[in-house]
Amino acid sequence: MPPLPSDDKRWKIVNGTMRRHGYARNALIETLHTAQASFGYLDEVAIRFVAKSLHVPLSQAYGVVTFYHHFSLKPAGKHTCTVCLGTACYIKGADKLLAEAQKHLGIKPGETTPDNNISLMTARCVGACGRAPVVLEDNELVGLMHPDQLVQKLEGWAADD
Amino acid sequence: MTSEELLQIAETTVAERKEFDYELNVCMALGCMSQHSDKVKAALTEEVAKSGKRCHVRQTGCIGPCAAGPLVSVGPTGTLYGNVHEDDAEAVVASLGGDPVERLQTHLQHYFEGQHPIVLENSGQIDPEKIDEFIGRGGYLALMQVLTQMTPQEVVEQISRSGLRGRGGGGYPTGLKWGTVAKAVGAQKYVICNGDEGDPGAFMDRSVLESNPQRVIEGMAIAAYAVGATKGYVYVRAEYPLAISRLTVSLREARRRGFLGSGICGTTFAFDIEIRIGAGAFVCGEETALIASIEGLRGQPRSRPPYPAVSGLWGSPTLINNVETFANVAPILRNGPEWYSNIGTAKSKGTKVFALTGKIANTGLIEVPMGMTLRQIIFEIGGGIPGGHKFKAVQTGGPSGGCIPEQHLDLPVSYESLIDAGSMMGSGGMIVMDDTSCMVNVARYFMEFCMSESCGKCIPCRTGTAQMFNLLTKICNGEATHADLDLLVDLCDVVKNTSLCGLGMTAPNPVLSTLRYFKDEYLAHIENQHCPAGVCACGSRVVAAEEVMA
Repeated sequence: MPPLPSDDKRWKIVNGTMRRHGYARNALIETLHTAQASFGYLDEVAIRFVAKSLHVPLSQAYGVVTFYHHFSLKPAGKHTCTVCLGTACYIKGADKLLAEAQKHLGIKPGETTPDNNISLMTARCVGACGRAPVVLEDNELVGLMHPDQLVQKLEGWAADD
Repeated sequence: MTSEELLQIAETTVAERKEFDYELNVCMALGCMSQHSDKVKAALTEEVAKSGKRCHVRQTGCIGPCAAGPLVSVGPTGTLYGNVHEDDAEAVVASLGGDPVERLQTHLQHYFEGQHPIVLENSGQIDPEKIDEFIGRGGYLALMQVLTQMTPQEVVEQISRSGLRGRGGGGYPTGLKWGTVAKAVGAQKYVICNGDEGDPGAFMDRSVLESNPQRVIEGMAIAAYAVGATKGYVYVRAEYPLAISRLTVSLREARRRGFLGSGICGTTFAFDIEIRIGAGAFVCGEETALIASIEGLRGQPRSRPPYPAVSGLWGSPTLINNVETFANVAPILRNGPEWYSNIGTAKSKGTKVFALTGKIANTGLIEVPMGMTLRQIIFEIGGGIPGGHKFKAVQTGGPSGGCIPEQHLDLPVSYESLIDAGSMMGSGGMIVMDDTSCMVNVARYFMEFCMSESCGKCIPCRTGTAQMFNLLTKICNGEATHADLDLLVDLCDVVKNTSLCGLGMTAPNPVLSTLRYFKDEYLAHIENQHCPAGVCACGSRVVAAEEVMA
């Protein structure tokens, strides 16, 4: 087994997931989930460590990380605003919400404001279609969203930074 | 666990329920939770304690009409309150035993009248995290019966006779699939539950997993016995954290009560289930891609045959069914296959859960018998189109389906009739659109979805969806010619017939169905540079988000 990259306790959590799966190669996605949940994103150190521990080629680990939308290679901002673009949300004006958020923050989906305060993300469908259009504000689901209400929230985040 | 013990638990639970004069069931599924139904529950619990009334406040799964949430249903009267705020707790508790609180009543009789809950029969009735409440409503009776009185062949035969078909969308006969896996030769077999509900606009599987996870576990255990598997996986999307946490609790509870593990129900049968969390890839709903994902690989499909029933997870025979399919298993075995096959149409038996959303008054989760017409679903249960707008189309089957116009509203819903109308059943999302939706724009929306969700393995899907998206964008922008439209139709044909998996094969469906019923809208964009619904940038109303979506 390769040594832990540093004495950061979070590596022990990552290692724990791998141990629970007997360091089997098929634990790759599960382990990446743990690493992302612990660190917020996956950097080169994390991917190399997981690949080596599970005896998976680095190319394969990198391929998996980039294939799945859930995994992120860069850290997110302090706050995350995720606009759901599922069909029901789209029909009910999610595109306007996203446009408003982009205009307000001056960034594109997948980017973070230069001050590292707010990340703007999109989701395929969070399954709360009955409350469409929905936005996840720091993982808290808010339904029947109106563009003005969203801007208000973004302004609130900018203010408490 | 013996059958006597099981009955004992059921009786105790029922008796405990009777000790209370009233029940307040608070919906704690995602829709209502997003409106802080947890706080409502806390406030109600506090008020009940203050009032001294013998009332049980319970967290339940999805009650149904999400738009009216947070929902609280009152037992034994059956009154349903909507938009309940924590400040309303005092009034709600005070009204117990008297007249209901008028201002909170939902009056949704029509919403519930036409429904036939089988999969959702416990939804909103029990606490999803308490296994004993599930047992109290007949849970695990079917598993007990199967393990102690039936052979695996008999189970497969009963499922075949019921006429149950795969609820993931394809509609493959479930009994036939089980029979193939049962006959397949292999030292180790697997059962996989496909909970990778990627269709945007669908949330049936999420609701079932959040509201009654034990039902899915029971169905999987019965399936495992029937096909001879000892290990199971539930693959759930990472976007459904509440479903994952309820499932985790439920698996632990099922192990504690001896319905998972070794020596289940006092027999030699052993079976256990692990959760695998998806990582955000629509294509993983395809069975071979899902299997690759469980193996820790990129979720890319492979060509079939061999089908997973013969060579699936790690090359072993694998049974893979949808969440809703598994949720249908226990009631079929409990009530008999004839009971089930009496519901529905000649070829599509039983009921189907739909997620009713979009421009409709009563959005929410419904379960109706197969064969009900779209008109009944949309205008009676769904309450029609709000805001004085006019119905234009209903979209079924997600990015693989199509848009069904008004002239087909009297179509009885079944696997075959929807395919004939140019759409498909899909997993059960029904998105209603009114005259403010542009059908070309909707087709473009789905093409953008397929383009970015294509795994990139086969060229027709990877390149074809991108080309079709560009053509649709051109049409939306009012820059296309008739030649572009012809090219689009040609591409639909190529992508449909040459793609490797279901994603590519069905990606042209939204285009084909809108072309079939709304060709005039395409022509208006091309010939007059005009968007009749006023959505596209070429039309009267310019939407800045057009550039955004690209």
